[in-house]
Amino acid sequence: MAERKFKIWRGDQSGGKFEDYDADISDGMVVLDAVLQIQANSATDLATRWNCKAGKCGSCSAEVNGMPRLMCMTRMEDLPADQDVRVAPMKTFPVKRDLVTDVSWNYKVKKRIKKFSPRPADNADGTWNMMQRDVDRVQEFRKCIECFLCQNVCHVLREHQKQDEFIGPRFFLYAAALEMHPLDTEDRIDELKEAKGIGYCNITKCCTIVCPEHIQITDNAIIPLKERVVDRFFDPVKLILRTLTGRKAKSKAASNA
Amino acid sequence: MGQAKRIEHDVLVIGAGGAGLRAAIEAAADGLSVGLVCKSLLGKAHTVMAEGGVAAALANVDDRDDWKTHFADTMRGGQYVNSWRHAQLHAQQAPDRVRELEAWGAVFDRTKSGKILQRNFGGHKYPRLAHVGDRTGLEMIRTLQDHGIHQGIDVHMEVTIIRLFKQGERVVGALAYDRERGKFRLFSAKSIVLATGGVGRAFDVTSNSWEYSGDGHAIAYEAGAELIDMEYIQFHPTGMVWPPSVKGILVTEGVRGEGGVLRNSEGKRFMFEDIPDNYKNQTADNEEEGWRYTQGDKNARRPPELLTRDHVARCIVREIREGRGSPHGGVYLDIAWIKERLPKAAEHIKRKLPSMYHQFKELAGVDITSEAMEVGPTTHYSMGGIRVDGDSQMSTVPGLFAAGECAAGLHGANRLGGNSLSDLLVFGKLAGEHAAGYAREQDRGEIDQDEVMAAMQWALEPFGREASAGSEGPFQVQSDLQERMQELVGIVRKEDELARALEEITGLEERAKKVVVHGNREFNPGWHTAMDLPNLLTVSRAIAMCARARKESRGAHFRIDHEGKDPDFGKITHALAKNEEGQMILREDPVPEVPPELQQIIKDNE
Repeated sequence: MAERKFKIWRGDQSGGKFEDYDADISDGMVVLDAVLQIQANSATDLATRWNCKAGKCGSCSAEVNGMPRLMCMTRMEDLPADQDVRVAPMKTFPVKRDLVTDVSWNYKVKKRIKKFSPRPADNADGTWNMMQRDVDRVQEFRKCIECFLCQNVCHVLREHQKQDEFIGPRFFLYAAALEMHPLDTEDRIDELKEAKGIGYCNITKCCTIVCPEHIQITDNAIIPLKERVVDRFFDPVKLILRTLTGRKAKSKAASNA
Repeated sequence: MGQAKRIEHDVLVIGAGGAGLRAAIEAAADGLSVGLVCKSLLGKAHTVMAEGGVAAALANVDDRDDWKTHFADTMRGGQYVNSWRHAQLHAQQAPDRVRELEAWGAVFDRTKSGKILQRNFGGHKYPRLAHVGDRTGLEMIRTLQDHGIHQGIDVHMEVTIIRLFKQGERVVGALAYDRERGKFRLFSAKSIVLATGGVGRAFDVTSNSWEYSGDGHAIAYEAGAELIDMEYIQFHPTGMVWPPSVKGILVTEGVRGEGGVLRNSEGKRFMFEDIPDNYKNQTADNEEEGWRYTQGDKNARRPPELLTRDHVARCIVREIREGRGSPHGGVYLDIAWIKERLPKAAEHIKRKLPSMYHQFKELAGVDITSEAMEVGPTTHYSMGGIRVDGDSQMSTVPGLFAAGECAAGLHGANRLGGNSLSDLLVFGKLAGEHAAGYAREQDRGEIDQDEVMAAMQWALEPFGREASAGSEGPFQVQSDLQERMQELVGIVRKEDELARALEEITGLEERAKKVVVHGNREFNPGWHTAMDLPNLLTVSRAIAMCARARKESRGAHFRIDHEGKDPDFGKITHALAKNEEGQMILREDPVPEVPPELQQIIKDNE
């Protein structure tokens, strides 16, 4: 058992500061264990979110030594032993109290994305046939645990605060899962370009780096969506054709017809 | 103290895991105003932790499967003290509920012909669990959440209910506080659905998060509802045992479904040594046959690792107690061995069990494709709970419904893996449907303001208490309770320990009334825990009372001083209710008698 020094951010909207705490560290402990130990022993009003403690629910997101992490999946022995452990709330979202931030914007954004709408069932019993190879990619996207670390680290949201024009990596991933779902008939390409601001992403891949589920957000979701936008709106050959014929860019439903 | 903000709904659903979401979707489909309250953020409830799959007799992998076999398996697993009506409706309706999820966007793993794939699990005769790798719960909750947000449901996140109110016999509202500001909210509703999950936080080693403090059980009991079968707590055989900080975290039964085996420190597959008589016909008696079963051989019988959870957990405890355990007090669960049988076994394991691979790699530094895991039993699930009608899911309090883990009946003395996710869907839907039907027929009731004031005063008391030399915080009382329950009301129970547990609980109740909290009302976990404590104590007392009264061993309830089943106890359900003096009273009710046509189904499947 070794004692480690912690600096945990305490405060609310009106301001706050890092306060010092000690925690007894035993084998295999993660940062969340230490934070809960501090909460139980010396700071019973220390606000923090957590649920599953196994990297499956995405509740305990925070910045540990400046890195966006799930506290439950950050082992103490992986942090430098000669430094204090600094734990701060996610910076991109308004702080509510201590380590708890207001992530409600994410829930509002999701609600505005057109919902799943499947083609008519393939079989009389209301079921569909889908091959595993056709759902592998969508299943990768659906591993997302909505920890919002990708949103937290994305500079379009973090530095430039484009929350009104840009939905962030989590929801490009969500849109990609719907767009690439073999049964879905809805079309979201126009709105991804216009209202969702996919053009702002300049593929720095910070989201992919912090994803605790190791989802290839940039390569597998955002870039293919960008390609679909480019294909529809900026393909020079199609642009010329459209100018000549006076037709508009085709939606997914029209292309499928 | 101020006023509570009043919010009106037709139907109020408390809890937003699988059952609560499914109930809310159903009630909203009826065009009513529906409120959905959850203690955490939406989509974080414990359903997210479910790994192995959802049980439904789709017969996609083995066409011999049907609802009758699923019904018989559920009854046998529950040691025939289940509510037969629940088991029947569950088996009949689960396939439609799973197919419906696909229509709402769920993407299950596929068979070669493109149908929903199903896997083997303990106690299920045929491969029956629709799944997505080992993250089926996440897929389910996300599907319900993403569908639900477009159904016009009002979601109240990070809000905790502390009291139900009645007008006469009928439930008419609930008092809550929001975690962020600590302000009170008064919900007026024509009907209420409880979907608050389990009670795992009453124990020290558990797969459950802080949320599972038996809130629904306790507030329903306080409002006059009956609790039944509380002695049946499921200890999942395989939780992580090392490092200490992850002790109790779940290791899916899917590991064994995919061919994983249990071994003791001598390298022996000890599960072959103790196969219960009523499973002998269905269980392989050699390693070769067991392996063939996991690989889809329809003529092979299942390996003994896939016996029911109660039995596997007890065998593991026996090995540990008799000195054949692993270094950190567990036994070995080995999936890596399949490389002797399968080409590309490491890739296969990572594809079939990705989160287990991830969990052990990152939390324990163990690579499950090359090393065995160390596992031991962990408190996992409460089979007992609020007594509800099999068809409507209404409790003994008019207008108060319950579904999912907080309700009782379906699972009897032991739940089969995969039957909880199907339970959520089937009975979540039925509860939502009947709560909506009930709400349509009622006027809005009156909530007694004096009761509201008294409840708010009670909630704020911990702030007003003077801290003195002997005063303590809520976390200390909670952890003492967890230790006592683990030690005295755990997997192996006996008379003197259960009697002592009840005395200890009385002492802890007194301490809980005196806890002091610091800080203010804004997002203050100490205060929240102080309010959770009475709920934890209520369910702990309920568990200990029923466990003491059942002087036999059945399913998950194991009495070392009364080993073996007693046919007389097999006819009894323990029911608890509060009397006028406020005491918890235990009553013996008959187990509902199975109608002849269903008895025949059970017989045909023996």
